[in-house]
Amino acid sequence: MNPFSSGTRLRDMIRAIRACKTAAEERAVVRKECAAIRASINEDDQDYRHRNLAKLMFIQILGYPTHFGQMECLKLIASAGFPEKRIGYLGLMLLLDERQEVLMLVTNSLKQDLNHSNQYIVGLALCALGNICSAEMARDLAPEVERLLQFRDPNIRKKAALCSIRIIKKVPDLAENFINCAASLLKEKHHGVLITGVQLCADLCKVSSEALEYFRKKCTEGLVRTLRDIVNSPYSPEYDISGITDPYLHIRLLKLLRILGQGDADASDRMTDILAQVATKTESNKNAGNAILYECVETIMSIEDDGGLRVLAINILGKFLSNRDNNIRYVALNMLMRATTLDAQAVQRHRATILDCVKDSDASIRKRALELLYLLVNENNVKPLIKELIEYLEVSDQEFKGDLTAKICSLVEKFSLEKIWYIDQMLKVLSEAGNFVKDEVWHALIFVISNASDLHGYTVRALYRAFLTSTEQETLVRVAVWCIGEYGDMLVNNVGMLDIEDPITVTECDAVDAVEVAIKRHTSDLTTKAMALIALLKLSSRFPSYSERIKGIIVQNKGNLVLELQQRSIEFNRILQKHQKIRSALVERMPVLDEATFSGRRAGSLPTAISTSSGAPSNLPNGIAKPATAPIPDLLDLSSDDVPAPSSSGGDFPQDLLGVDLSPTLAPSGAGKPPKASTDVLLDLLSIGTSLPVQTGSSASDILSSSQDDKAPFANFNGLASLSSLSANATSPVNAAPMMDLLDGHGPGPQKPEENGQAYPSLVAYESSSLRVMFNFSKQPGSPQTTLIQATFTNLSSNVYNDFLFQAAVPKFLQLHLDPASSNTLPASGDGSITQNLKVTNSQHGKKSLVMRVRIAYKTNNKDVLEERQINNFPQNL
Amino acid sequence: MIHFVLLISRQGKVRLTKWYSPYSQKERTKVIRELSGLILTRGPKLCNFVEWRGLRVVYKRYASLYFCMCIDEDDNELEILEIIHHYVEVLDRYFGSVCELDLIYNFHKAYFILDELLIAGELQEPSKRTVARLVAAQDSLVETAKEQTSSITNIIAQVANTASL
Repeated sequence: MNPFSSGTRLRDMIRAIRACKTAAEERAVVRKECAAIRASINEDDQDYRHRNLAKLMFIQILGYPTHFGQMECLKLIASAGFPEKRIGYLGLMLLLDERQEVLMLVTNSLKQDLNHSNQYIVGLALCALGNICSAEMARDLAPEVERLLQFRDPNIRKKAALCSIRIIKKVPDLAENFINCAASLLKEKHHGVLITGVQLCADLCKVSSEALEYFRKKCTEGLVRTLRDIVNSPYSPEYDISGITDPYLHIRLLKLLRILGQGDADASDRMTDILAQVATKTESNKNAGNAILYECVETIMSIEDDGGLRVLAINILGKFLSNRDNNIRYVALNMLMRATTLDAQAVQRHRATILDCVKDSDASIRKRALELLYLLVNENNVKPLIKELIEYLEVSDQEFKGDLTAKICSLVEKFSLEKIWYIDQMLKVLSEAGNFVKDEVWHALIFVISNASDLHGYTVRALYRAFLTSTEQETLVRVAVWCIGEYGDMLVNNVGMLDIEDPITVTECDAVDAVEVAIKRHTSDLTTKAMALIALLKLSSRFPSYSERIKGIIVQNKGNLVLELQQRSIEFNRILQKHQKIRSALVERMPVLDEATFSGRRAGSLPTAISTSSGAPSNLPNGIAKPATAPIPDLLDLSSDDVPAPSSSGGDFPQDLLGVDLSPTLAPSGAGKPPKASTDVLLDLLSIGTSLPVQTGSSASDILSSSQDDKAPFANFNGLASLSSLSANATSPVNAAPMMDLLDGHGPGPQKPEENGQAYPSLVAYESSSLRVMFNFSKQPGSPQTTLIQATFTNLSSNVYNDFLFQAAVPKFLQLHLDPASSNTLPASGDGSITQNLKVTNSQHGKKSLVMRVRIAYKTNNKDVLEERQINNFPQNL
Repeated sequence: MIHFVLLISRQGKVRLTKWYSPYSQKERTKVIRELSGLILTRGPKLCNFVEWRGLRVVYKRYASLYFCMCIDEDDNELEILEIIHHYVEVLDRYFGSVCELDLIYNFHKAYFILDELLIAGELQEPSKRTVARLVAAQDSLVETAKEQTSSITNIIAQVANTASL
């Protein structure tokens, strides 16, 4: 005999495990026991088999692996005695589940036991089958179970009925075999058989419309009668629960009647009387009675009814709602939610109570109530309800604030009747629970603010006030910093003062202080700090006298460990130092967003990404995967995002600055990899954000804009090429260096057109009624890949063009370098021209010819004009 | 339907688990951990329902034990409370004022009783007396079988073995 196996009895093992003081000790005991059990199993020790299995079950409950005992269950089940089978089946249900292959091996034993002469053994087999059978077993053993539905002993019939439920859930095709037997169970007197029979019928109806029709026709009357009998039955001690005879049977009958009455006026009609009786006569002072009422209300609300019963049902729910028992209130809220679709008006009557439930101390009730209240809000009651909710936000639990904030924001957005109300409410939410506000919510807020031009002053002052009282809430800080940057002048001068406002005196110094606080807050994250840097740059132009101080703050980030901040800090510092004259143009106020584009993009950003990526990427010879869609329009889209044209059509752009979503051009790269982390979005935001000031500028800024143009497609195509989560972070160091050179003004000087460059004919790249663009080409000797282009712009109209700005974008195989233009003013009627030099390097020289997308923006008669064109007709071999 | 039944002690020790829907061993451990975190921390006067992964868990505390049943969203929570109580009453009758220790040392008995109450996650028998009678009948079958083996084989080791169960 094995020296280990004779060891401990089950009771001793449990005692030993319970005596363990630490988890490690417990593991040691269990390991020792498991080793002994394994040894015993290996010896095929029959005497201790069921003791071993009992121990294993205990070990399994504790959560240790016990798979090695699975075969022992099978062996015990296959043995002849009842005790072995009993423990074997128990182990089977505990140690295995339907997904284990081993289970198939038990099918044969089950079949034998289902036909056993001992009814208890039949019962064990039915129980195991009902609890863990797989679809295959269900198919194999369904005939046995079907036969057992007519077994002489009711206790087997009820087990067989529940077993049938499992079978038809696993194999719905088998449902029709059970319809007749199930119907006959409904006539039984034995309560166990009756409740299992009713349950079986309900489940049959769910999987088979044929069964539903059959029961509806043949059994509705009988079920109504059974329910009436049980409702009116005298006291019977065996089934009595707090004064009600068999509430379980009540509930199951009501449930089945609900299924039969749903969508069938005739069947519904036949059950109205008894439902009314249950609804009015059931005692509601005990849980059992309430359980029945609850089920009855649900049935009333689901069946076809003219409304008389529904009033009764809603009244019951009203009573439930005012019950002191939390359980009852919980189910009432739950049910009222379903009732809103039927009779919203009736539910509205309980609004005040529901609002109280939102403030309950019980998390489950709060959650239900909030969801219900969310459905009840409409135009008429939104203001007082939001007021209440926001007031509650101040005192609610931390863990509830997330849900609550999301719901408030969604409601405020949905019912934003007036912009000022929307802004007010959002500011309150931001001040109370800004840390729970999702990105798209505050993005949307900024969008609304920028659109409400008459409220800019009001908003920035309100935000400033809120910011002074609390800097705890990250999103409040962000929105405040953004607004101070944009509308700082309005803050200081009290522009656009509304009647309702208290006057406030803010000096320029205060405004800069606020942003400085934001950037130095140690809890500020990258996004906030980046936004604060941009705000500072903007303020430097709004408040020229504080330029030096702002420069001081910006310079402090020169050594920031976060590369993006460091880079921005250095760049902005350069702008402040060396580009004074263009600064004001650089940091103009953001153009107003186009509402339709914004909402369209918000709604459609995801589908767009998917549809764009469906164009299968084709592999280029150099192994760079490129989307099948033409790169040029993509580039153009991208640059249109980058460049805020003076006209409003460039309105997409600020959204990118806000990081609302990635531009469609970035979507193909984004779609191929997991959703970008927010920092990625942020990095986009930063790189685009800096391109803004630069590109609205005049001639000198072209240097910057060209380098930015280079950079954007570069990042984009890198993303495409690798399809890995290559963030803009990786690309920025590459670009940082040339960029700084450019800023330092050390860019290559204007190229002299080479004499031998005339080998290529000049090209009228673009001609419209108002403007002509000529390209002259030349090559530097020794570098055939590089083409120098001199662009000449001629004004064909009779008006002077101011703020003339030429921009160009090229696909990835090209590299573009733009030199400054000779001027930014284009005299009228061809009376002079602007020239600008471009350097294009073609990495696929000889294989592909040049292609370029250009965009020209200028002002004439104080009107902004934007012209775009794709140039494909470059000479070959450039 | 009931997806699973859990008995957890106030200290978070699992006393009984019964799974009517398939959960792998890993998932089971996770479910138990999540739920004991959710349920054991709830105050005494709160409602007995917890929303969890789109399902509802109905729990009720008896002395040091939490009886938990996980159900679908459209099931009747109040009825489940009755079913839990039903189970507790049957246990009480069987063990004679049941305590946690009874359920630890006789966990298999607790399972046998549960199997007479629920199959496939549905209630099987509303009568406590019937459940008690059926369990007792099967217990006596085991006793008879034991006596037979002991009289036939008469080996002391086996007596010790069967007595342990």
